[in-house]
Amino acid sequence: MLRLTAERMGSLLARRAAMPLATSSARMASHGHEVATTVDMSKPLYYDRKDTPLPDRAYKDVLDTADKGLKQKEKGPWGQLSKEEKIALYRIMFCQTYAEMKQPSDEWKTVMGGIFILLGLTGLIVWWQSIYVYPERPRTFDEEWKAKQLKRMLDMRINPVEGFSAKWDYEKGQWK
Amino acid sequence: MSLQKPLMRGMLGKRLRFHLPIAFSLSLLAAIAFKYAVTEPRKQAYADFYKQYDATKEFNAMREAGIFESVRTGKVK
Repeated sequence: MLRLTAERMGSLLARRAAMPLATSSARMASHGHEVATTVDMSKPLYYDRKDTPLPDRAYKDVLDTADKGLKQKEKGPWGQLSKEEKIALYRIMFCQTYAEMKQPSDEWKTVMGGIFILLGLTGLIVWWQSIYVYPERPRTFDEEWKAKQLKRMLDMRINPVEGFSAKWDYEKGQWK
Repeated sequence: MSLQKPLMRGMLGKRLRFHLPIAFSLSLLAAIAFKYAVTEPRKQAYADFYKQYDATKEFNAMREAGIFESVRTGKVK
């Protein structure tokens, strides 16, 4: 069960991770194996966000010759662009469309599962504590002690106007 | 087709002109409601309590119950 949640979490994180890794491909090639590349946070980053529509830079910033040709054509009248070319230009600027961003995911299941697992663990810890850590129960919690305490409070006429003793009928010896 | 010029100033004043009388009257209402729902009944409860209050009788009842440390239980003649 935990393996499944880990898989789901892994795939979700991979999907959400930004693509500036394209810029660090040179570093990866020099190492010859997969290393965790660092993102240069001082440069504009690309992000897919529903609340901020225009990211700081285009998605693809290193264009191959086909894309470069397309960008040149974009400088002319747009009516001459075909539908596929317009979509290709969009995909150069953006990674996901709004429709793709808004797609529901199963993340909530992972979140709720994690919450319940941790709650359960906490419950176990609290239970262990109540057996091995808590000190001895004070005698003031015994039923007999509490009854004597209540009688003493009534004898002392605690809050006789509107509060505690006001609710006790002293003639009949019972609660009103 | 040109758009109408949007509201440029006076927004706070407009909001206050609308909301302040409401705020003041609601607060006043709350105060009046509290007075007549809480304080007046409480004053009446205290007045009724002390109208029929016999301090000596209460004192003796408390003494018999044995809660005092400086007064002995049982009437001493």
